[in-house]
Amino acid sequence: MKSLIQKLVETPGPSGFEYEIRDAVREAIGDAADEIRVDALGNLIAVKGKKAAGGKRVMVSAHIDEIGLMVTHVDKDGFLRVTNVGGVNPLTCVGGRVLFMNGTRGVIYVSDLKPGSLPKITDLYVDVGATSKEDCPVKVGDVCGFERPFLDLGKRMVAKSMDDRIAAAIAIEALKRLESTPNEIHFVFSTQEEVGIRGATTAAYGVDPDVGFAIDVTSSGDTPKAMPRMETALGNGPAIKVRDASFIADPRLVDWMVKQAEDAGIPYQMEVLTAGGTDGRAIQMTRAGVPAGCISIVCRYIHSPSEMVDKDDVENSVKLLVKLLSEPIELD
Amino acid sequence: MTKKLEISAGKVPEIGPDQFALLEKLTNATAVSGDEHEVRQIVLDEIKLIADEVQVDAMGNVLATKFGRGENRVRVMLASHMDEIGFMIVKKHDDGLFEFERVGGIDERQLPGKAVLVGRDHLPGVIGAKPIHMTTRDERKKTIEVGSLRIDLGPEIGDQVKPGDWATFATRFEILGPSIRAKALDDRLGVATLIELLKHAPENIDLLVAFTVQEEVGLRGARVAAYRFDPEMAIAVDSTPANDLPNWDREVENSRYNTRLDAGPAIYVMDGATIGDQRLVRLLTDVAAENDIPYQIRQPGPGGTDAGVIHKVRAGVPSLSVSVPSRYAHSAAGLARIDDWANTLRLLHTALSQVTPELLAVERRD
Repeated sequence: MKSLIQKLVETPGPSGFEYEIRDAVREAIGDAADEIRVDALGNLIAVKGKKAAGGKRVMVSAHIDEIGLMVTHVDKDGFLRVTNVGGVNPLTCVGGRVLFMNGTRGVIYVSDLKPGSLPKITDLYVDVGATSKEDCPVKVGDVCGFERPFLDLGKRMVAKSMDDRIAAAIAIEALKRLESTPNEIHFVFSTQEEVGIRGATTAAYGVDPDVGFAIDVTSSGDTPKAMPRMETALGNGPAIKVRDASFIADPRLVDWMVKQAEDAGIPYQMEVLTAGGTDGRAIQMTRAGVPAGCISIVCRYIHSPSEMVDKDDVENSVKLLVKLLSEPIELD
Repeated sequence: MTKKLEISAGKVPEIGPDQFALLEKLTNATAVSGDEHEVRQIVLDEIKLIADEVQVDAMGNVLATKFGRGENRVRVMLASHMDEIGFMIVKKHDDGLFEFERVGGIDERQLPGKAVLVGRDHLPGVIGAKPIHMTTRDERKKTIEVGSLRIDLGPEIGDQVKPGDWATFATRFEILGPSIRAKALDDRLGVATLIELLKHAPENIDLLVAFTVQEEVGLRGARVAAYRFDPEMAIAVDSTPANDLPNWDREVENSRYNTRLDAGPAIYVMDGATIGDQRLVRLLTDVAAENDIPYQIRQPGPGGTDAGVIHKVRAGVPSLSVSVPSRYAHSAAGLARIDDWANTLRLLHTALSQVTPELLAVERRD
């Protein structure tokens, strides 16, 4: 699974430009799905299983887009001004490197930063080694992702775009390990989550599920002076989301998920996130409403080029997802 | 007045005296978000003999369909919003003075001293400001908040005005050499463009044209219009700011112009509400290059058009925005170039004429 994770995190795919990562996911799925399709917004939807007695149509959503930057201006000396694609923290950009979809690489730096102040996105520029506007290999509207190699620290893994490629890897692995199910499962590898949960919105309408799960990362509360009132910690197991700023998970589904984890002896932790949002919201709000929940992978340094997750959490998330999808989902 | 029935399907439309007259009528009309009646009437009069089907939906959108001929016609939605930014009267005082609120995004620093038209009878008034004789230096450094401003219609005229009435800037349409100066170019330029496209509808597609309401207060009309049309692809045609004056902050060159006048139609790759479908971006940029039509990429960044809701309707709609650039958007008077408008019309018509099912048969990609 490590090579799959490395492949996914190192493939560029900023929001709206998910074609390379979509190809990588499709290749990783191979012939493990019964049916694969791509919808109008570029969501990859892999279907497995047939609805049997007591079964449901289940949507599992992991987003394949990542945050990035887009060129807004090429100046006369060949420097690029940029804007953010999704929630980019300019502080983590300075000195970092980017990879454009056309293969161009570059360095991000900051201009005119006053002592004691934090950089804004408009203070950043990207240097791709051009000497003028004329010899610059990228143009206004071109998009790039952050570039940082995958790092294996033994118990932990670090990469850009663990958010949310780690969930894509978990969903692919679960799809492959799933042996029998009474459910018809639509694994959605969704687009444009980072710019406002857009892909999952249209995918959920198209799939029209009976129940849905988002798989996404969540913040950790176990670092020095961490986000206050955050209980989650690396290594304590998959986090079962109760709520975030975008949705309140269906409480019946939360109870059922907890019971499944306990029955299978899979460690888990509860997640209450005061910020953020996931594809779970889009599933819950589609059409006339759908019971939705979320499995979160606790992740340090989210939306930086070095997002860290725990290997056991990843493996246990796969186990929990397989367990959830193998069972009839009963809500009362 | 009897309208001349102009149907010249397939022919590339051009901008001439008739189009200027239409744009004049459209920009001089009052249609603040929620009260699009006047512009809707103009639109209905223009298209009733041309479109195959016309309906006004529950929110007041005008939905016009022009069917093409032959097999495999893609259902293409175009959307331009009829509404404009403006004001609403909220409280009456003596002497024909009224408190008011803004409708849509307006910079309150631009309000004092502006002439306005109030209500469906276009009653003339002014947003009053204390004259320079009476103000102190400190007062002149401060922005006057909208709550402290009043619209003054005087007695008698003021008696005809009540809370809930809408108001707009009083600016009248003018042609200034190669330019157009008017209020509400955002988005009457789009409305006029869509009327011309209906009159010259390409026959390879089914053209689904939405003249939308309430865009300026949150893309509200387009959402239900797109649900009704259920299109296979969509283009929002709007007007976007050109902030292309030579200097900006202390930078060596203006790097935050959004768009520039004289640079042609502005094609969007990304704004705050939509990431344009690259298949459609490529169609338009290729068509522009092949036909020597100038174009520019609108600087990616915040803001949004009707495409922001259209692309998320139902199971998703490949969508794009194209704008005619205009200076001084959301103020009393905007300034646009006739050539930019003509090239926008030409680009859209030429590109729509090349839309085939194959365009969307490939996956969304670069």
